[in-house]
Amino acid sequence: MKVLTVNFLTCAVKTCKTSPEAFPLHFRDAELAQQDLEFNPEFIKNMLLRLDWNAFRVTTSELGFSTIPAEKPEGDALNDETLLRDLHKVLLETQVMEGKLVCGHCAHEYAIKEGIANFLLPNHLV
Amino acid sequence: MKEYLIRFVQQHETFRRAEIEALAALFEAQIEILEYSDDTPFCLVRIQDDATARAIVGRSILTKAVYELWGRGLTYEELHEDVRRRTSEKWAQYRNCSFRFDVDAYQGKRNQKEQRKLIEGFSYLGFSGRIQMSKFEENWCIFEEWDNVFGIAVSSSPSLSPSVSTPSTPSGANTSSAAAAAASGGAVSNIKNKPRPEQPPTHPNRLFLGRLIGGSDREAIVRYDLKKRKYISTTSMDAELALVTANLALAAPGKLFFDPFVGTGSFSVACSHFGAHALGSDIDGRSIRGKGEGGIVSNFHQYGLVHRFCDSFVSDLTNTPLRPTQLLDGIICDPPYGVREGLKVLGSRDGKGKEVIYLADGTAAHLSSSYIPPKRPYSFERMQADILAFAATMLVTNGRLSMWMPTANEDFELGVPLHPCLELVSTCIQVFNKWSRRLLTYRRIPDSAVNPTALTNYQRDMSTLEAHASANDLNMFRRKYFEGFRPTTPSTGALTPASESDTTT
Repeated sequence: MKVLTVNFLTCAVKTCKTSPEAFPLHFRDAELAQQDLEFNPEFIKNMLLRLDWNAFRVTTSELGFSTIPAEKPEGDALNDETLLRDLHKVLLETQVMEGKLVCGHCAHEYAIKEGIANFLLPNHLV
Repeated sequence: MKEYLIRFVQQHETFRRAEIEALAALFEAQIEILEYSDDTPFCLVRIQDDATARAIVGRSILTKAVYELWGRGLTYEELHEDVRRRTSEKWAQYRNCSFRFDVDAYQGKRNQKEQRKLIEGFSYLGFSGRIQMSKFEENWCIFEEWDNVFGIAVSSSPSLSPSVSTPSTPSGANTSSAAAAAASGGAVSNIKNKPRPEQPPTHPNRLFLGRLIGGSDREAIVRYDLKKRKYISTTSMDAELALVTANLALAAPGKLFFDPFVGTGSFSVACSHFGAHALGSDIDGRSIRGKGEGGIVSNFHQYGLVHRFCDSFVSDLTNTPLRPTQLLDGIICDPPYGVREGLKVLGSRDGKGKEVIYLADGTAAHLSSSYIPPKRPYSFERMQADILAFAATMLVTNGRLSMWMPTANEDFELGVPLHPCLELVSTCIQVFNKWSRRLLTYRRIPDSAVNPTALTNYQRDMSTLEAHASANDLNMFRRKYFEGFRPTTPSTGALTPASESDTTT
């Protein structure tokens, strides 16, 4: 599970969707892995437009990254290759291999095994 | 705008035009289709310039190449005259380049001697450069279009012919073999109306001369051949149609593509080939993980595309964890048809079991790592509607949904599902023996273009679509499949050409 993907996910429980506490999901007992991947500035720029920056800062601080700018880069900052490479490293190269994602609203836990998160809900939450 | 000849492959006919038009949209280029028919691989178009033509065809899977049109005619006299008229002022610039001259006779045969004679007929062009079979600077090709040996005419004026298929009817669809062509409505009537000739035709119907501008991406079919892929299943989409699907949905560098029924990742791999990043989910985690060293990601490793693999997670489309906002550039999927197992989503059949179950040691059952949530049967129509609603929510403006859906041939046809936020762009049909499947492609229209009344009505109608009991009740396609697609009582209403010919045989 990449940091980018987590920014696109919320709790699968329908009644949580409208709650601000359900997003972002919070990592618990996360085991991180780092993987070198080819850098694509175009993709990072495109994803920046869709990224929820506050949620991204919450996720990264929980995972121990401290150098994320307070404001979402815009305009000329998007041509700063160093910045884009740093974001590439966090968003795509950092993965959570084992652990849990927890909803801040209903407290439901989603397990991550071998990097694959399971969002299937038990019957009482459907 | 200049005239070009696109040399299509003669298979998956109903996908060809849709693919070229999608690629023109991808490159934000104008393309004017001057002459197109499902019966011939030769298509005449108008495109802005060589670079645009090269880009469009360079990404296509169902073409072989694109040529600058140098002339056309019904006879060689007409062709030579047209070549002189169109190109005589260009001849000098090619006088000294190395070149190659080919003959491409569709449904016809020309031996070496005949080919040579045809090529020498163009000696007035005055090319004195070296003739080279490879590493040539320029390549001309003579195209001949013949009636096939059964005397089934290739319609000579395709744009005016009434038998040309519209996107919504399968009557013009056929495969490259003549036997299969006979199965389609249009071809059947051709056989009846035209007596079989005593001898095979002696002259081609139409002739063209073209200068090669660029080739296509057909080699990708070999590269992504399922036979050589590490991780596949019985329902993996073949490489050719997966790549075509990715083209119709406009997969491209910098974009994020999602497959909600990712399976073994055939579509994800195809999207990544064209530069998109791939995200996928499946209700069955086993297909994502695979066995041992397998799994979806192993396919991305095999093709050196792992940098475009985003993530796969286990989820059910009706309870998706994706944040409901415009995050995706494209969605492509081949949803389960529910024939083997029946469609399933999370929930219990009777709607009961809404309380947490505790195991003997006092822990909740659903927190155990071996917990398997219950699933209930799901209606096929409901699934289609849910996919469209999902796409309407998740796609960025002008983002596309390409979705495969089954339908039977002739008497039985499932309707095309629609959504007020989605515009149907193309319908392509792949015909099997008793049934067909369609590839439906939609475009997310801008919010400002959505009709608010239609949206309100749609949402009201959807809330009345309710689940029934058995898998057969829920899935008309599944029921028809097990009935062997037998025709039901003939309808007395308007008959389609296909059913007319059916009743007389």
